[in-house]
Amino acid sequence: MSKLFKCFCFYLISSFSVVWAAETDLAIEITQGVDEPTPVAVVPFAWGGNSALSEDIAAVVAADLGRTGIFSMMDRKNMLSFPTQENQVFYRDWRAGKQDYLLIGRQIPLPNNQLKVEFELYDVVRATKLLNGNAVGSMNKMRSIAHYIADEVYEKLTGIRGAFSTRIVYVTAKQQGDGKGTFRLKMADSDGYNPITILERKEPIMSPSWSRDASKLAYVSFESGKPAIYIQHLATGKRQRLQSFPGLNGAPTWSPDGNRLALVLSKDGNPEVYILDLRSYNLTRITHHYGIDTEPSWSPDGQSLVFTSDRGGQPQIYKIHLPTRKLERLTYEGNYNARARMTQDGRFLAMVHRGIDNVFRIAVQDLKTGRLDILTDTFLDESPTIAPNGSIILYATQKGVRGVLGGVTLDGNVRFILPSASGDVREPAWSPYLK
Amino acid sequence: MRANNVTKAVALALSVAWVAGCSTSGSSTDTSSTGTDGSATQAVNVDSGVSVSYEDVANLQTVFYFDFDKAVVKADGFADLEKHAQYLAANPSAQVVLEGHADERGTREYNMALGERRAKAVSRFLQVNAVSAGQIETVSFGEEKPAMLGHSESSWSKNRRVELKYVAR
Repeated sequence: MSKLFKCFCFYLISSFSVVWAAETDLAIEITQGVDEPTPVAVVPFAWGGNSALSEDIAAVVAADLGRTGIFSMMDRKNMLSFPTQENQVFYRDWRAGKQDYLLIGRQIPLPNNQLKVEFELYDVVRATKLLNGNAVGSMNKMRSIAHYIADEVYEKLTGIRGAFSTRIVYVTAKQQGDGKGTFRLKMADSDGYNPITILERKEPIMSPSWSRDASKLAYVSFESGKPAIYIQHLATGKRQRLQSFPGLNGAPTWSPDGNRLALVLSKDGNPEVYILDLRSYNLTRITHHYGIDTEPSWSPDGQSLVFTSDRGGQPQIYKIHLPTRKLERLTYEGNYNARARMTQDGRFLAMVHRGIDNVFRIAVQDLKTGRLDILTDTFLDESPTIAPNGSIILYATQKGVRGVLGGVTLDGNVRFILPSASGDVREPAWSPYLK
Repeated sequence: MRANNVTKAVALALSVAWVAGCSTSGSSTDTSSTGTDGSATQAVNVDSGVSVSYEDVANLQTVFYFDFDKAVVKADGFADLEKHAQYLAANPSAQVVLEGHADERGTREYNMALGERRAKAVSRFLQVNAVSAGQIETVSFGEEKPAMLGHSESSWSKNRRVELKYVAR
C-alpha cells in the first residue's frame, strides 16, 4: 500500500508545467504474434459510481498484457459470464473458454475525485487465487491505475517486474525539406498515450537520454545554430546548457550512478567519446582514434562503455572497460552495426544492423554466445531503446512516407507499430522504472 | 591550366589522405609524382593575379555533393571551390560556414560525424588553396536537415552535401 502511495505521489509531483494534450499521438497495432501465447481473460471491472468512467481500465490492462506477445487476451464477446467478485467466479466457464488465467475487478468511487480499484487474479487450471490487490488514484489518472494493475499481473505471471508504468520520450519533426521545421521533444506513457510536449524548437532536437532516476533528460538541440547538449529537469522544466566545444557536441547518455554523462566531442579534430563528471565538470577523454568514435552507451554495472567506431573501415560496435581501458570489438556480422544499447542484465546488445542486403534493421546480439538475430523487417529502422525489464525494444522506422515507432520483443516473435497522429516520430527513449 | 589540375590533384589527395587518416606527407609525395613536371609548389600559389569579386562568387556553386558514406570532394566541384578559395584568400575578412549533411540512412549520431567529415573535407580543400583556417567554420547537421524529403536515391543524393555560406564578405 505504501509502495502504491509512492507510485501515485510520483504522478502528482510530476504534473508538468505543460498541459497534458488530449489527443493520442500513438496507437498500438500488433503486426505479428507468437505461436502459443498464454490465454488470459480480463473481465470488465464493476463500477459503482453514478457517472460514466472516462477510461475502461480492464481494457487498458488487457492491451498492456497483449502487447507483450506472451499473452493472448480473451475477446469479451466470447466470455460466458462477467464475474466481478470471487463468489461469481466459476472456473468451468473459463476452462471451457480455454483460459489459463482470469482477472476480475471492482471500481469504487472515493471522495475528492479519487478512484479505488480492487482486483483479483485467478489460476483457472489450478482453481486458485494468485493475487489480491488494490490501487487508489485520481479519476483523471485512470490509465496510470491500469498500468499499475498490469505491472502487478505481469510480475505475478512471469516473475519479471512489469514496465507498463513507465514513460517514453521521442522527437517529432515537421519539415518541408527547405531546412525549416518544427521539432518537438515529447513524453508519453509507455503505450503512447498522454503525450505532452517537453520542448519545441525551430531547429533540430536529437538524442534524448534519461537520467537513471528518471528526473532529468539530456539531449542535443541546435537552437543556438550549432549542436549543444542540454539537461532538462522534468519536474520544473529548468534547462541547463553544458559547455559547448567547437564541432560535435552529441550523443549524451547517463551513467547508471547518475553522476556522469558519456558524450561525443570533436574538439580535438575528430569525434571521440568523453565522460563528463556532472559533480566536478571534469572531462575525461576515453577513445583515441582518428576514425569516428560515437554513440557511447553504458553497461549496466557502469564499468564499460559500448560505442560505434569505424576504425576497422566500417561502423562496428566496440566495448571499452573503463578501469583498464581494455578495448574489445563486439560485432563482426554485417557491414554496419551502430548505436548499441545493452539490456539491464548485461546479456544482450540491441543495435542498428545492416547486412548484405544493405537494409537497416534492428538486431540483437547475445553477448554470451555471440549469436546475432535480426528482429525487424521494415525500412530504415533505427534508434533501438529497451524497456527497463528487457521485455520490448522500441525503435524508429518508416511507414509510408512517415517516421513511426515500432516495437519488437527481444526474441523477435511479436512486433507492433505505434502509428503517429502527426509528423515524423523518431528517436524513442524508454524511461527507467519510475519508482 | 596544368597548374590548376595539379592544385586539384593535391587538394584531392590531401582530402583523401585526411579521410583515410594517413600522414599527409606520404600522400604529397605520391601526388607530385603524378604531376608531369613536379610543379606542386607552383600549384598552391593561387593569388597569381586572378581577381574574383563577390559578384562573381555569388554566381558560383555553393552546394557540393558526396557519395554514400564518403567524404571525398568530387571533381565536379573543384572549379567553383577554387574560385571561392581565391576570393577568400584575397579577402581575409571574408568568412564562410561549411554546413555538412548526410542522407537519412544510418544512425543519427554517426551521420553527425559523417556530416562533419564532409564539411572538413571542403574546409581542407579551401585551406590547401590558401584560405586561412580562421576564415572557415564547420558545422554538421547530420541527417537532421534534409534538402529534399523522400526515401530514395533521388532525395538521398541531394542530401549528402556541404553547403558553403558566406557570413562576412
